Amino acid sequence: MDDAVVSPNRSADGATFLSRRGLLKGGGALVVGFALAPAAGFAQAARGVKAGPPDYHAVDTWLAIHADNTATVYTGKCELGQGNQTGLLQVAAEELDMGMHQVSTIRLDTNITPDQQATSSSSSIHRGAPALRAAAARARMELLARAAARLGVQPGSLEVRDGVVSVRGENGFRKVTYGQLLGEKPFNVKYDGTAPVKAPNEYRLVGQRPARVDIPEKVAGKYTLVQHHRAPGMLHGRVVLPRGQRGFGVGAKPVSVDETSIAHIKGAQVIRKGDFVGVVAEREWDAVKAAQALKVVWRQGEPLGDHNSVHARMRKDKTTDTLIANVGDSAGMMQKAAFVRGSSYQCPYQSHAPFAPNCALADPTGEQLVIKSPTQDVYSSRKQVSEVLGIPEEKIRVQFFEGSGTFGRSCYEDATQAAAIMATQTGKPVRVQFMRWDELGWDNYGPAHAAEVRAGVNADGDIIAYEYDGWQHGWTVTSTVSDSARTKAGVERASGSGSITVNPISTGSMYKIADRRVTSHAAPMVNYLRGAALRSPLDLSFAFASEQTVDELAVAVKMDPVAFRRRNIGDVRWLDVLDAAVKAANWAPKVMGSETQSGDVVRGRGVALGTHHVSYGAAVAEIEVNRKTGVIVTKKLYGAMDCGLTVNPALVENQMVGQMIQSVSRVLKEEVTFDDNGVTSLDWSTYQVLRFAEHPEVTPVVVQRMNEPSTGAGEEVMGATAAAIANAFFDATGVRMRQFPMTPERVLKALEGQQRT
Amino acid sequence: MTITIKVNGAARSVDADPDTPLLYVLINDLELKGPRFGCGLAQCGSCSVLADGVEIRSCQTPISDVKQRAITTLEGLPALYAEQRKLPKAPDLHPLQQAFIDEQALHCGYCYNGQAIKGAELLSKTAMPTEAQIRDHMNGHLCRCGTYPRIMKSIQAAAAKIAKEG
Ligand code: FES
Ligand code: FES
Repeated sequence: MDDAVVSPNRSADGATFLSRRGLLKGGGALVVGFALAPAAGFAQAARGVKAGPPDYHAVDTWLAIHADNTATVYTGKCELGQGNQTGLLQVAAEELDMGMHQVSTIRLDTNITPDQQATSSSSSIHRGAPALRAAAARARMELLARAAARLGVQPGSLEVRDGVVSVRGENGFRKVTYGQLLGEKPFNVKYDGTAPVKAPNEYRLVGQRPARVDIPEKVAGKYTLVQHHRAPGMLHGRVVLPRGQRGFGVGAKPVSVDETSIAHIKGAQVIRKGDFVGVVAEREWDAVKAAQALKVVWRQGEPLGDHNSVHARMRKDKTTDTLIANVGDSAGMMQKAAFVRGSSYQCPYQSHAPFAPNCALADPTGEQLVIKSPTQDVYSSRKQVSEVLGIPEEKIRVQFFEGSGTFGRSCYEDATQAAAIMATQTGKPVRVQFMRWDELGWDNYGPAHAAEVRAGVNADGDIIAYEYDGWQHGWTVTSTVSDSARTKAGVERASGSGSITVNPISTGSMYKIADRRVTSHAAPMVNYLRGAALRSPLDLSFAFASEQTVDELAVAVKMDPVAFRRRNIGDVRWLDVLDAAVKAANWAPKVMGSETQSGDVVRGRGVALGTHHVSYGAAVAEIEVNRKTGVIVTKKLYGAMDCGLTVNPALVENQMVGQMIQSVSRVLKEEVTFDDNGVTSLDWSTYQVLRFAEHPEVTPVVVQRMNEPSTGAGEEVMGATAAAIANAFFDATGVRMRQFPMTPERVLKALEGQQRT
Repeated sequence: MTITIKVNGAARSVDADPDTPLLYVLINDLELKGPRFGCGLAQCGSCSVLADGVEIRSCQTPISDVKQRAITTLEGLPALYAEQRKLPKAPDLHPLQQAFIDEQALHCGYCYNGQAIKGAELLSKTAMPTEAQIRDHMNGHLCRCGTYPRIMKSIQAAAAKIAKEG
C-alpha cells in the first residue's frame, strides 16, 4: 500500500494458457482451457500519469481486474482509522462476487482516484459506497457478458464465486476467471446505475465482520504514515506562528522578522510569502530550534475576551437568526403545560487535537508539485494550494497518507500549504510538521455554543411544547496559512450549506411534539476563534442541553426517564436504539435523582438519545461523583446505534467505542481556554483529554437494518453519550450541570449552590 | 559529531549534535517507523522506546544521554521478547502486538507505538497485571481516538497468552 502509482507488472501469469488441469488460485477446480490474448496492462500503466479527477462514470476509474484474479478498488474516501477501506472493499467484493483476500485498495491521489469530496460527516459508506457499488455491479455485468461469450452460454446461466465464473448446474465443468477475462485490460464501459445490484438477502460479505485490512501493518510498525515520508535532498520545515491564535480576522501578521536571530543555527533559512513565516533547515532538530528562536513581532489586534465570557458575548451580539423548525404554537402550548422546565446552557470551544500534529511533504522536483498530505479531501487541498501558489491545479498532485485521527478540519490544509510554499521557494522537497502548540493553538475549533431551552409536559407525561434557541458562530472557509500567504482576511461561511446552525434532528425531533420551535442565532465570527466542523459538530452541545431538559420533564411528572422517552418517541427506530441500550445496561426503572445517598462518593445512571445526521443513537451512562473533590468518574457506558444497513458491524462497534470514549473526554475535560492575548490551551496539560486510567468500560450495540440504506456511523452516538453522563450526574447528586466540560471546579461550584438552597 | 548508539541490538553511528533528541535520530537517521512525534513535550507517549527495558520518551532524551543504553523500538520488540523469554527465535510479533490485531483494537493506530512499548514493558515486569495496575501503568499514554478499552483487553489477553506458553 506504499506508493500510489499502480504497477502494471501483475500480468505475469495473465497471458498464460491455462490447461484443462490448471488449478485456479481462488477456486481450486478444473478450468476449461482457453487461449487468452496477452494482457497488455496498458490501461494501468497510464493510470496516474495525468492530473485527475478521472471520469466519474467510467468503471475503470473505480476498478482494475488483474491477471492473477485480484482487483484493485479505487475509492474517493480515505482511511482515517475508522476502517472505511475495509467496509468499502466489502461493498466492492460483494457486488463483484470476489473474496476479501482478492481485493485491495490504494490511497487517495488526485492523479488516480475519483473525486468523492471530503471524507467527513460519516459519509464514506453512506454517500461513498453507492457509486462504488454501482460501478462494481456494472463491472460484474460486463465480466459476465464476456464470460458468456467465451463459454457460449447465456449470461443468466452463469454464477460467480471468488471471481471464478462458471455455468450453473455443471458442477464447475466450464469455468473462467475474471483475471482471464480481463487481465490488466480496461473495461471501457460506463456505469449509469442500471446494472442490477444484489438484494440484501443475497449478501455474502456485507453484514459480516471481516477484520480491518490496515491493522496488521499498523501494529507491526510497517504502515506508511504521512510522517514517514522522506525525499532525496529534502529540507525540514516549521511554521512560525504566535503561540495561540487571537481573534478571527487578526490572523498571524508579522510586524517585523529578525532573520539574524537564527543566524547561529546551521543552514536555517527564513521563508516568507506575504504574511506567512516559516523556517527550513537540513536537520529536523535545527528547524525546530530555528522556529523557536526566530524573533518576530506580531500585530496584536483587538483583545479577545475569554472563554468564560464568550457565551454572554454571543448572546448579546448582532446575530443572523434562522427558524430551523417551527410547527404549531409552542408559546401558546407552553401556557397549557402542567410543568415547564428550561434553562440556559454553556458549551465550550473544543479542539480537534489530533494525536499527531499535521505533517505534509511537498516535492517540487518533478513535472508536478507532488504533495503527500493527511487531508480529508485531496481535490479540495489541490485547489487551495493552487490558489495559494497561483499555479494551475493540473500542476499539483496531492496524495493522501494517514497521519492520526483528525476528526474534522484540524490544521491539515495549513501543513499542506506550508509545505507547498516552502518547497516551491527553495526548489527542494520540504517536509513540514506542526509542533504541538501550533496544532492546538491554530486549530479551526468546534465553536462554543450557548442555548436556551424550554419545554412543557402535560400531566399524562406527553411533551406538548418545545423551544430551543442556540447561539454560535460559523465556520472558516480558508486556512490560516492561505490567509497569511495571500495577505487576505479569512473568509467565514456564515450561512448556507456547510456552515453550522442548530441541528433540528438533535433538538427534540425524536419526540412527537406537535408544537416545536428551534431557532439558530449566528454570530459573526470576527474576533471569535476560528471555527470548523469538529466530529459530530455541536451535537454534544445540543444533546447536553436538550436531553437534560427532557429528563427534567420526566422528573416533573415522576416518571422513569426511559418510560417517559418511550411514551414520547414517534419513530420505531428511535425506540429500538433506546431499547437496545437500556437492555444492554440492564436498566432498572426509577425516577431520576430520587435516592438520597450518603458518603462522599455518589452514584448515578442516566440515559439519552442523540445523533448527528440520519442515524439513530442512544446511550446509558453509569458514573460516580466525588462530592468532596468534584471529580466525575464514568464507570460504564452502553450505546446503541442504528445506521441502516451496517456493512460491517465490527467496524461500527469499534467506532462506537471510540466515539463514546471521546464523548467522555469532551463532556468532562476538553475546553479551549483563552484570554485577551490569545488561546492558552497549547499542550496536553492545558488542553486535557481523557487519560487511560479514567476510561469506562464500553458496550456497543449495533441495531442492524439490512433493508435500510446505510447511513453514517462515525459520530452518531456522541451526543447521546454526553447527555447520558449529564443526566447521570443529576441522578447521583440531584443537581443539574448547565455547562460543560464538567470539571471538578464546576462540579464543586454547582454542588455548593445546591447546599445553600 | 559522531555518536554511536545501540538500537535493536545493533551499534549505529550517527552524525548529530549531542543535544538532538533521540527521536529525531531514530526517525531521520535510522529511518525507523515505530517511534513518532506527538508532542515533543514528554506528555503523550507517542515517541516511546525502551532503554535497557525501561520506557523513555525519546522526544525529550538528548542523544548524548543514551550512549551506553540498549535502545529497543517497536521494530525490535519481538526480538527483545525472544531474548527475555529465552526463545530460540524471535516471533513475527510480540504477543501484545498480536493481541492488538485479535482485539481489533486500533483506530488510526498512531498512538500504538507507545501503547505497545509501554504495555510490553509492563508485561516484562508483571506477569498477570490487575486492571488497576494496567490503568496506572498506561496512564501516561494518550489515545485521542478513544481505544483505551481495547488496549486494556489486549494487555490482559497477551498476559494470559504469555502465561499459558509458560
Ligand atoms: S512525542 Fe514524546 S511524549 Fe509526546
Ligand atoms: S488509535 Fe488514534 S490516537 Fe490512539
